Amino acid sequence: MGGITEMEIGLAHYLTVGAILFVLGIFGIFLNRKNVIVILMSVELILLSVNLNFVAFSAKLQDLTGQVFALFVLTVAAAEAAIGLAIVVIYFRNRGSIEVEEISTLKG
Amino acid sequence: MIVGLAFYLFAAVLLAAAAMVVLSRNPVHSVLYLILAFFNAAALFLIAGAELLAMTLVIVYVGAVAVLFLFVVMMLDIDFARLREGFQRYAPIGAVVGGILFLELLLVLGTWQFASEATALRAAPIQQGGLTNTEALGRILYTDYVYLFQLAGMILLVAMIGAIVLTHRQRPGTRRQSVAEQVARSNTISLEKVPVGVGVRALSIRRPPEPELEPRQLAPDPHGQGHGGHH
Repeated sequence: MGGITEMEIGLAHYLTVGAILFVLGIFGIFLNRKNVIVILMSVELILLSVNLNFVAFSAKLQDLTGQVFALFVLTVAAAEAAIGLAIVVIYFRNRGSIEVEEISTLKG
Repeated sequence: MIVGLAFYLFAAVLLAAAAMVVLSRNPVHSVLYLILAFFNAAALFLIAGAELLAMTLVIVYVGAVAVLFLFVVMMLDIDFARLREGFQRYAPIGAVVGGILFLELLLVLGTWQFASEATALRAAPIQQGGLTNTEALGRILYTDYVYLFQLAGMILLVAMIGAIVLTHRQRPGTRRQSVAEQVARSNTISLEKVPVGVGVRALSIRRPPEPELEPRQLAPDPHGQGHGGHH
């Protein structure tokens, strides 16, 4: 349990990687307007970047609470993926398409 | 030194894989790149000393979530070519929003610093020596955070039931085992003592007669799913 070795890799490295990952996830949500599955994957990337930040702060402050929170984020992300994919499956079964722009039945 | 090199390698592969998740044309490739990204994120967690989370990431994400994505992508009959139509249209606005967000994050990153009392406010400081990461996490997860832990289990249970309820469908015409009917038939079963070496024919017990073929079975079954065909 070494923690981040202080010579080169610090908190800023992890936060930068997390920020880039977060932006990539946001970019993916904007880019893939047709495919709900890739949007769900982008949400997973965003949650992964959040977890990366939690772990980085946990290692920097030597506090385990961040890892506990990351564990709960992992749980919620898994549940969200399962429910989201189930909704995608039944939507595809009913409508024959998973395009985001067509999912506007409730718009009235 | 080696830690720094490993960090840069894993971070580079992680970001490249994440970019390919977003940019790749085929959703199956996206899922495979997502798996690669999760593996590299687990390596970054290991470098930061979060061993339990790294292993959980590999097991839960690669083993369950990514495979679930793969199942769904391959199960749905999607026209991949049509999915890419709005790609160029939304790329500029996505780049603008992403760029602004990244700049803001960099600004936060550049000006931010720890509060002076941050180390004093730690809820569960890592004790040096003795405990492994998993052991230390277990000690606080099952004591201080036990209610949240139970709640997390509850969330997973609700998600499981919800996913089953959402995707389960009752098809007409399938044949299922009717347990109640089987248990309810009492007068058709009897116990007989069979003499050794003679066989059941000595008691004039014959094999049960062949069931008469019902007309429904004679009809051609187009899908070949005569019994229990639900998937």
